Amino acid sequence: MMSATEHTGRYLAAFKDWQSAANGNTPSRLTELRQAGIASFASLGFPTPGHEDWKYTNVEPVVSRPFGLVNGEARSLSSALDLSDFFVEENAPRLVFVNGVYAPALSSLQDLAGAARLMTLRDLFRSPDTTLLSQIGQHANYRRKAFVALNTAFMDDGAVVVIAPGCRLSRPIYLVYASGAGEHPVVSYPRTLILLGAGSEASVVESYAGVNGGTYLSNAVTELIGESDAIVHHYRLQREGAAGFHLGTLAARLGRGCHLTAHAISLSGALVRNDVHVSLDGEGAECVLNGLYLGAGKQHVDNFTEIEHVKPRATSLELYKGILDGASHGVFNGKIVVHKDAQKSDARQTNRNLLLSEEAAVNTKPQLEIYADDVKCSHGSTIGQLDPDALFYLRSRGLGPDAARSLLSFAFASDIVRRIRIEPLRRQLDDYLAATFRDNRVSP
Amino acid sequence: MLDIQGLRAKAGDNEILRGIDLHVGAGEVHAIMGPNGSGKSTLAHVLSGRENYQVTGGRVTYQGQDLLALSPELRAREGIFLAFQYPVEIPGVSTTYFLKAALNAVRKHRGLDELDAMEFLVLIKEKMSLVEMDQALLNRPLNEGFSGGEKKRNEILQMAVLDPKLALLDETDSGLDIDALRIVANGINALRGKDRAMIVITHYQRLLDYIVPDFIHVLYDGRIVKSGTKELALELEHKGYDWLKSEPPTVH
Repeated sequence: MMSATEHTGRYLAAFKDWQSAANGNTPSRLTELRQAGIASFASLGFPTPGHEDWKYTNVEPVVSRPFGLVNGEARSLSSALDLSDFFVEENAPRLVFVNGVYAPALSSLQDLAGAARLMTLRDLFRSPDTTLLSQIGQHANYRRKAFVALNTAFMDDGAVVVIAPGCRLSRPIYLVYASGAGEHPVVSYPRTLILLGAGSEASVVESYAGVNGGTYLSNAVTELIGESDAIVHHYRLQREGAAGFHLGTLAARLGRGCHLTAHAISLSGALVRNDVHVSLDGEGAECVLNGLYLGAGKQHVDNFTEIEHVKPRATSLELYKGILDGASHGVFNGKIVVHKDAQKSDARQTNRNLLLSEEAAVNTKPQLEIYADDVKCSHGSTIGQLDPDALFYLRSRGLGPDAARSLLSFAFASDIVRRIRIEPLRRQLDDYLAATFRDNRVSP
Repeated sequence: MLDIQGLRAKAGDNEILRGIDLHVGAGEVHAIMGPNGSGKSTLAHVLSGRENYQVTGGRVTYQGQDLLALSPELRAREGIFLAFQYPVEIPGVSTTYFLKAALNAVRKHRGLDELDAMEFLVLIKEKMSLVEMDQALLNRPLNEGFSGGEKKRNEILQMAVLDPKLALLDETDSGLDIDALRIVANGINALRGKDRAMIVITHYQRLLDYIVPDFIHVLYDGRIVKSGTKELALELEHKGYDWLKSEPPTVH
């Protein structure tokens, strides 16, 4: 077995090869970022279970796989892509990437009437907009986080969404990241930048899914900036394939009075890790984090959330719910840091887990660090099975045990689903969940 | 319709039913009364298949079948309905969604076509008037935040929709004020018929002013100690239950 150091070395060598093969047209800002990313990764290395933030998730199965850099398969996958697998509304403005490569034929860059700009990361690097460019790498911490460092080193394309100050977008923007592989495992490093100007409002849906049974890794980083009084609805949907690995980070910085609702819906994948880092960096900023994660078979799904109350009078409200079946393993980490000056902070955190089988397991860990003295902070977590009284009630009305269990599982998920404000998305997710719980029958 | 012979059941090590004999014919309404802890609710739950209780003896024949061999859902599909004393709250599932799923499971078992959303809506609207229930409740999560009266009305609504042959009403009067009691009782009376039997379990005679039974049985310490007609309820109202405790069991 290779050691963690050897895995790190393999990635460093791959970076070197990739850089020497590149032509000289790489924008200097991108080269700088990549170099900073790989340098940081070289000193950090891959996290081991000894690392506090990775206590319950062993990345060995991910980092030991010989993923090749994006290969030539993107085109053949594009033609087989069905956007309905990604919960995308028809005719919605969208950018589609396949294994990290932009797929213009599947994308729809509509006239957003000057209210918004929707472009690829490559476009941004070619543009003279240095203010926007300078945001990249400012929020997702590549200095501290190995997978953010790798994404920063290998970033090649992705999506950029900019909402003009004061503009309200009525329709959601979809960012689709499809992954798939043939014989050889592939990796992609999607990078997303979302910026909402002061007083603007928009919904952005990031949808990640596997398009075939291949083995792949999607290492995705999103940086989101909400300027003062902006209202952001962010959705991250994951429906990775059975052999799909997902390591994702959402790093958000909210200014004064900005309101972010971030939904993290993890439906499948061999190993999924979602890092969410929200910095409430303006007075009166608010964030609502809603999470739903499903596990089945031998899947592993880890939600690592970290909310920083930096300025006074900010509010955070977090509800994550997990449903774990088979021999799956769920992890929830809820870190809340209240800085010294963040008086009158209000932070509430809840994590609820439903275990549908004897073999399923979950680790849940609240982590509060409070350095201010006038704050309201609460947390609670539960791990339980289906309520036998409720099961009997349903069976006494004629529903079979499988139908009763699936109805109760669906019900458990529903208060997260109900919070989704995009109606077609909510409906599709409802249908998906109803079908999943109906088909994944648990033995009595 | 229902023939219970020498039924014994326990919960854990505690024997609660100690030899129940009861015969219920089609169209009959039987009331079962008795002090707290006498085994009334246990009897209802054992008949509907609750797994918390272990049957240790006796036989129950329902429409010629061995009832005790059937799962709770098969009993329901075969026409047994238990109106719960404490209906369970199920957040996240609306009454409409739940009841449509239940009705279609029952209809499928009976060889009938499943109802689609429109057909179901027509049916449920008609049944709701029986219990004077507000339609808004239908779209709310099942029993969640319902008042005591709303929960009991919802039970009777479910009974009306599922159209059982044998209804077991477990303390349906508990927690109801007089107006709610009247509404619930009217609903139940409207569902009486020559093909439908009912077993009404109650602690108080009050409910039997509204739902007049054909027979009354007094359960004490896991046995039926006295059976009679509706006049027995009045006697119990005057004398309480204590005078029965020394009586030898009677067989109905």
